[in-house]
Amino acid sequence: MNVALAKTDTGRAVDRVFAPVRDRLPGAGKVADARRKAFEAFEQAGLPHRRLEEWKYTDLRALMREVLPLAGTPDAAALARARAALAVCAIEGAAKLVLVDGVFAANLSDATESGVSVRTLRDALEKGCADLLNASATDVMISLNAALVTDGVVVDVADGVALTRPIQIIHAATAAAASIVTRSRFRLGNGSRAALVESFVAADGAKAYQANDAVLVSVGDNAELSQLRLTADSLDAVNITSTIYAIGARAKLNLFNLTGGGAVSRFQGFLTFAGEGSELSVNGVNLLRGSQHGDTTLVVDHAVPHCTSRELFRAVVDDRAHSVFQGRIIVRPDAQKTDGKMMTRALLLSDEAEADNKPELEIFADDVTCGHGATAGALDDSLLFYLRARGLPEKEAQALLIQAFVGEAIEAITDENLRAVAMAQAERWLEARG
Amino acid sequence: MSLLEVRNLQVCVEDREILHRLSLTVNKGEVHAVMGPNGSGKSTLSHVIAGKPGYEVTGGQILLNGEDLLEMEPDERAAKGVFLAFQYPVEIPGVATMNFLRTALNAQRKARGQSEYSTPDFLKKVREVSQSLNIPQDMLRRGVNVGFSGGEKKRNEILQMALFEPQLCILDEMDSGLDIDALRIAADGVNALRSPDRAMVVITHYQRLLNYIVPDYVHVMSKGRVVKSGGKELALELEESGYAQFEDAA
Repeated sequence: MNVALAKTDTGRAVDRVFAPVRDRLPGAGKVADARRKAFEAFEQAGLPHRRLEEWKYTDLRALMREVLPLAGTPDAAALARARAALAVCAIEGAAKLVLVDGVFAANLSDATESGVSVRTLRDALEKGCADLLNASATDVMISLNAALVTDGVVVDVADGVALTRPIQIIHAATAAAASIVTRSRFRLGNGSRAALVESFVAADGAKAYQANDAVLVSVGDNAELSQLRLTADSLDAVNITSTIYAIGARAKLNLFNLTGGGAVSRFQGFLTFAGEGSELSVNGVNLLRGSQHGDTTLVVDHAVPHCTSRELFRAVVDDRAHSVFQGRIIVRPDAQKTDGKMMTRALLLSDEAEADNKPELEIFADDVTCGHGATAGALDDSLLFYLRARGLPEKEAQALLIQAFVGEAIEAITDENLRAVAMAQAERWLEARG
Repeated sequence: MSLLEVRNLQVCVEDREILHRLSLTVNKGEVHAVMGPNGSGKSTLSHVIAGKPGYEVTGGQILLNGEDLLEMEPDERAAKGVFLAFQYPVEIPGVATMNFLRTALNAQRKARGQSEYSTPDFLKKVREVSQSLNIPQDMLRRGVNVGFSGGEKKRNEILQMALFEPQLCILDEMDSGLDIDALRIAADGVNALRSPDRAMVVITHYQRLLNYIVPDYVHVMSKGRVVKSGGKELALELEESGYAQFEDAA
């Protein structure tokens, strides 16, 4: 494929995708200018492809081919289907904030506890908050998101608040062959504690949709955030989520990403330490089968000294599925006493399964501890035989070993409630494997 | 009918024949010792009976109560009452011992059409057996064999043997890596499981183990064949004269 042709392809996207909706997207003036600029940036680059280092293993020109037109506003029937889907993914005790096909659904959402303010992104954009369209990370899919975003939630947790209930942002899709573009912001005040869950779920009738989500997270000084992402999209869907974090001083972030559904999924996290003495634990599992493609890409930026980061990833890859893990750790020149570790392991359950692991360490300070490790392999035959010699049928023996493999990453979730939810989701995947 | 009947068994690994027309008959209630030098095929025999992949059976039969074991998967053999106590029990991180014991026991019971054990019954049984084997409760909460000493691993094998109540126990080099105290505890555990309804095949290199687990029959293997069979006195004879005489016989 030559570049000129590719540009022509994305050029078509302007006419088909952006132009028809430009006027009904929320926000005028500065907001509209920001959208236009973002779209120009996307248009110039087009969908990312394998010749871009960051997208080497996830060539969206091949995997997505094109950007689909935006989904329409959900009607009563769509909202009813979304409501039914909530039953599957809603976490007990959580305050739900529900987006259906990229539109906030107030009737399906819950009130949050005191100390939390929630408004819709649409409302904020209409009031001219153009900064919500900015992102410190530059990536062409984030630009596309800024250009087309329809709605999302803007959540602020005040200083010094310890939330008792998790906040769960649920993205329910009901659309077919359409783009669903959302953006949210979550700000956790100084000294506050919260648990945040994001779930992607396909309602009845959802088919071949393309979700593009962006989340801007800031964790205040001395604040503590536990976060769990669960993607259970339909098996023909695309989900590209970019999350951009700014972590304050002496703060703690415990993040877990579980990719289960979707034909093509990419979770890209850009995590920057903005204050000293903070701890980051980013973990996750990709559970993939059929011809699924799941990509977790993390950039951890130690911009300040005395911070600790831990990354532990597991991938279970069956059939012809493809798992990608890219982890970059940047240690800036001033970031002395940085302690960063990254470990990723892939379990390949079939000969055609593929796992790519790409660690990248960019260290510019001299007094740091940084390490990484990566392995890929099949289930250990000697362990399988031991279990089978004790009476476990093959599938059960495999399931027990896979569960143990995945469990090592899930153990890293500090919030007991969220850990149980992640474990249950992983067990469901194993049961469905049969 | 014999409990175990191995008839003219021929086994190859990567085109090399390891067992040559080997035959062995074991009846209920009997304890057989299989002795022999390294490389004589003792462990191969135990692996093939349990169904370990990687061995090609090119001839002969293995029957358990008249049923063809070679047609069965390893887990089906376990459910039929075959138990192999491993020479080197594997460590399985992330799988808690209690969960493993329970899953395995219930899988076997399910395959036999029996009801699953209730939690109190299961816990009671595990507690009884583990106490008699000197297995501390905290060991059962750890991953299967993870961080266990050699003696603890062997005791864990015998714990499983006691829980699963197999008809045929094959003990593969149970004495390897055990000091004399650990050996005594393990042997006591095995002796407690001797029963008129159960048979044991004790595979060992040294006579020492047979001071603790006294066999009814002793077979000497060399170069993939049983070259001599006799009573327990045969083991003592071997201790005196060594295996060299049989290497020539084979």
